Amino acid sequence: MPRHPVLTLVPLVTYSDDSLCRRFRAVLRMRDNKQQLPETVERFLDSTLDSVDSAEELAVGMAQRAGFGEDDLTRIGMAVRESVVNAVVHGNRYSAHKKVRFSVGHNSHKFTVCIADEGEGFDFESLPDPLAPENIMRTSGRGIFLIRSFMDEFQMRHLDRGGTEVTLVKYLVSK
Amino acid sequence: MSIKLNTRQVGDVSVVDVAGRITLGEGSSALRDTMREMVGKNQKKILLNLGDVSYIDSSGIGELVSGFTTVTNNGGQLKLLNLNKRVKDLLQITKLYTVFDVHEDEAAAIRSF
Repeated sequence: MPRHPVLTLVPLVTYSDDSLCRRFRAVLRMRDNKQQLPETVERFLDSTLDSVDSAEELAVGMAQRAGFGEDDLTRIGMAVRESVVNAVVHGNRYSAHKKVRFSVGHNSHKFTVCIADEGEGFDFESLPDPLAPENIMRTSGRGIFLIRSFMDEFQMRHLDRGGTEVTLVKYLVSK
Repeated sequence: MSIKLNTRQVGDVSVVDVAGRITLGEGSSALRDTMREMVGKNQKKILLNLGDVSYIDSSGIGELVSGFTTVTNNGGQLKLLNLNKRVKDLLQITKLYTVFDVHEDEAAAIRSF
């Protein structure tokens, strides 16, 4: 029995110039990234502010190699910085006996950073909304809000052995 | 470079030129100390020139808010000058941009006090 050719109907989608350019750049970036090997690094950092600088530097360097542009590098750097500050300051409370586990990696589709502390943890539900009128003039409490704003995914979880782990994801191609 | 602060007087306005990074640690504490010192000297008109600030984190934002509150509670005014795109974006997403009186021209900023 002869086989009939299968016709596929492709929906016609109209993009604005800006949208088209963004998608085109994203496709080019994805193509370039496919030529790169996935890269993953893990470090156990001291609970100091120097570690914050090291973690930011490491993550931004890798994000640059992964193909992110200047604006995304700034966002990733700031999100990593805020996360490591939380781990060092609020989680481990600068303890010389506690480490921050920091891992960063990427494949052709996404860039992932994992940060875990050995602190006592906190109630995720208790985080105040920094945009609420009563909180606008607070001098702290914006870190997690900024991380959420700058990354595509953000997750927090309590670790069985104690401590908090956060996972930050940025897509190499916009969803 | 973490942070560099230079204070100059233009008429009765104290202009603080800030350069570098306002981040948790040296950067935010240096800004805090400078603001406290100025309030301690009863300076009422303070203009923070952030034109050479390359980076600011949530701690730095907290210091700006703290400085604004301290100066205002002391009967003074704290205004901002020359925000770069990063700092401006940050103040906008945290809804603080409209809290501060932000200027792009120093002479106009000084006249506004």
